[in-house]
Amino acid sequence: MSSNAITVPGLQIDEKPWVDILHEWVTTVDHKRLGVLYIGYALLFLVVGGIEAIVIRIQLMFPHNDFVSPQVFNRMFTMHGTTMIFFVAMPILFGFANYLVPLMIGARDMAFPRLNAFSFWLSALGGLLLYFSLVGANGLYGAGNAPDVGWWAYAPLTARAFSPGHSSDYWTLSLLSSGFGSIGTAINIIATILCMRCPGMKLSRMPLLVWLNLVMSGMVLITITPLSAAQIMLLVDRYLGGHFFDAQAGGSAVLWMHFFWIFGHPEVYVLIIPCFAFMSEIIPVFSRKPIFGYPVMVAATVCIGFVSMSVWAHHMFTVGMNSYANSFFTITTMAVGVPTGIKIFNWLGTMWGGKIQFKTPMLFSIGFLFQFLIAGLTGIMMACAPFDWQLGSSYFVVAHFHYVIVGGILFALFAAFYYWYPKITGRMMSETLGKWHFWLFLIAFHLTFDLMHIPGLLGMPRRIYTYEPGRGWGTLNLLVSIGAFIQAIAILLFVANLIISYFKGDKAGNDPWDAWTLEWATNSPPPAYNFASIPVVASRRPLWDLKHPEDPDSRYE
Amino acid sequence: MVSRLLPSVIVAQFCRSILKGIEDHMSGRNANPVPEKDGLRPNSGRKQLKQRMKSAVGAVLRGVIPALLSVASFAAGEPANGTNIFAPASTPAKMVTNLSVFVLVITGIIFVVVFTLLAYSIIKFRGRAVDDGREPAQVYGSTQIELAWTIIPVLIVVVLYLATARVIHAIQDAPEPMDAVQVTAIGHQYWWEFRYPKLGIVTANELHIPVSDPANPNPTFLTLFSADTDHSFWVPELAGKTDLIPNHPNRMWMDPHRTGIFVGQCAQYCGVQHAKMLLRVSVDSPEDFAAWVHGQQQSAVQDASVEAGRRVFESTACINCHAVAGTNANGRFGPDLTHLMSRATIASGAAPNTPEKLRLWIQDPNKIKPGSLMPAMQLSDADMDALVSYMETLR
Repeated sequence: MSSNAITVPGLQIDEKPWVDILHEWVTTVDHKRLGVLYIGYALLFLVVGGIEAIVIRIQLMFPHNDFVSPQVFNRMFTMHGTTMIFFVAMPILFGFANYLVPLMIGARDMAFPRLNAFSFWLSALGGLLLYFSLVGANGLYGAGNAPDVGWWAYAPLTARAFSPGHSSDYWTLSLLSSGFGSIGTAINIIATILCMRCPGMKLSRMPLLVWLNLVMSGMVLITITPLSAAQIMLLVDRYLGGHFFDAQAGGSAVLWMHFFWIFGHPEVYVLIIPCFAFMSEIIPVFSRKPIFGYPVMVAATVCIGFVSMSVWAHHMFTVGMNSYANSFFTITTMAVGVPTGIKIFNWLGTMWGGKIQFKTPMLFSIGFLFQFLIAGLTGIMMACAPFDWQLGSSYFVVAHFHYVIVGGILFALFAAFYYWYPKITGRMMSETLGKWHFWLFLIAFHLTFDLMHIPGLLGMPRRIYTYEPGRGWGTLNLLVSIGAFIQAIAILLFVANLIISYFKGDKAGNDPWDAWTLEWATNSPPPAYNFASIPVVASRRPLWDLKHPEDPDSRYE
Repeated sequence: MVSRLLPSVIVAQFCRSILKGIEDHMSGRNANPVPEKDGLRPNSGRKQLKQRMKSAVGAVLRGVIPALLSVASFAAGEPANGTNIFAPASTPAKMVTNLSVFVLVITGIIFVVVFTLLAYSIIKFRGRAVDDGREPAQVYGSTQIELAWTIIPVLIVVVLYLATARVIHAIQDAPEPMDAVQVTAIGHQYWWEFRYPKLGIVTANELHIPVSDPANPNPTFLTLFSADTDHSFWVPELAGKTDLIPNHPNRMWMDPHRTGIFVGQCAQYCGVQHAKMLLRVSVDSPEDFAAWVHGQQQSAVQDASVEAGRRVFESTACINCHAVAGTNANGRFGPDLTHLMSRATIASGAAPNTPEKLRLWIQDPNKIKPGSLMPAMQLSDADMDALVSYMETLR
């Protein structure tokens, strides 16, 4: 390998038979290829999860619609949620972390390349197990062929009495498998960041993306563990006569909720912190200024990491905790808004006084800022326990977390795609298609998710396969569905852009955005060894120092 | 016709809600008149003005939000039918709504301020077509500014928390009066069982409670259980939701201030037919409630003319799950049928209680509620006729 690693990878691929190429990708331990595998795998599931969302939206277009049966609808929302969280958001963010972290700290690979490959294939196995339930879950019971217990799978719905067959088992095993994969990757990212930084890159000089992925990985270690434990306990309940969650035999349904949400809420931050990381790299470059308040940004992230571990039971305000517990989780949840607000203000400070360039990555970043602001404020509303007694489990919550996940995370991901695609492929994505994608998706997003808050305020609970006419929900749901269809079209534009630009895009060069971090110092796409010689850095923006020797950052830090 | 009327209906509704909000507020203020001795309190004029402005803002917001919602629902072409969380009709729901409006105002102000700053900086600092090609001033941060935008949010959080904690305590820790109506609600997969332990009543799906005069409250306290999976009791205009969880009894209360039918539904995913686990609460005047209680306390009507139907009922699987008081039918898996005809709906609100729907329901429940746990009874036409006639006598 080492002898032909000097050649440009693109040419190298053309000369080999496809079996060899496949073999190389399957057996690779290169962090960049594993990153691309993660991202490709997640995009595949994004399309699958999107189709499930479309089925849900067609069913809800009209009251008493019968496009699908209740059984199918329940499987659709379970698979949609599970797929989007565990097999789209997690792997796609791990993919970017895998690709970018070693490049940004001037390393040649992750600390444990083989563990890296192992983790990816474990996660991939998880996705396959989940979808294998379509074939294998029937068992001897004729019990239905995909999990239908909701993505949080509250006990006792998962007990064998209520979930016969094997669909819940596939759900459990797939989460166990991908969970172990996530833990492996988190260990790897932490070890890489702590041990593999190039000379001169002190912790205080790491790009924010690296810092934020360090915090995210630490959170993964703490939060995936209880989830995996709970899955094992559930299997014990189902097959070894355990009674952890089996209320009929004295177990506790509430215990499962605690286990799930002590994973589930920090998980939101596990997903959003890497997106903060994208913002903290992209906004400065397109504002032509360094990030405002770097130490505060790091402190705020670490603070979010800690505080978000103590907010989980705000998902359980309606469960009947006593008034002290409800008050406690109200204050912690509201408190998490403070460091999050600080981040928004610092991005604002970064743009202030800059020269903002409205390239596609920046457009998506600006969309992120506004939408994340709204998502945060609706979050404050639901942090207020009495308000949540009305809003919880209604369509208001569905609108809120889609605002976070689509309006926040997905917008940040699109920004990241447009920003780093030139580095990964060596070609620019089309700006024209990109702007079409942005505006279409923006309008459709707001049509869907702005309106979706209102049925919740009018009393529409989530997870219902149909609803009664005459409650004022009908037209709103129709408009929400139309928005969802337009979003699907915008996503197709994006996929088309990915494919077309790969073949026809302009050559990117090493540093198309005139950026400042180390990944832009090497070739696009980077060679297998990343850097011909290991870089040495003297500040947070090594390429700025290089481009402005008269006024280097290192003078001020 | 309808479309021509619609705009005026919307405007009327809008104005009515705003006026009502102002009215509510005025009457609240009149109860606490400000002393008029201006000379003694030099600041009172300004204070009064401030207070008036504050209350005007509050009144407008209190009116505007429900008004906007009703506009939204009218624009949707359907009248809102009693599940609007901003149209509370009972004390706990009202407390939640008042707090919600307060939180909405605070978050609304934050939204306007931050949105304006973001929009301003994006427009003001956009890159120009004509540019000198130089990088802007490189600013790395500012401790004062960071301190400011840390401390202000902390203060806001403290205010919000204090307001919230009061309401949590007021609702959750409300003492139960000795003479409160007690109801035990038990969630079953896709239907509700209601028991009145002090009154000896068992019924299903349609809860009857007395209206409560705010001056002399007569609240209803519910103890919540589940027989199988998790459910959640949610009638938005009467109270926030509370879950029904096996092995974990919960409690909630409400004191409706007006009579009428209030609807809601199960709000925690409980299985296949979660969507059609609907709820009806009938808030009765004291006389109507007493009459209803008296009626429910009777044993089932014995009518010799439907003896054949009764025989069908008692000799098939019906009695495994259903009870009829005063007969040998005492199953507990399904709703109690002793006074079936006193209910307006069947199948937990999924269908009106008419002979045709009842017949269809018994013949094949999947036609009305696919996934319901009631089996299709596969009766002959003659047996079915007899059975439905018998059911029709269970008043």
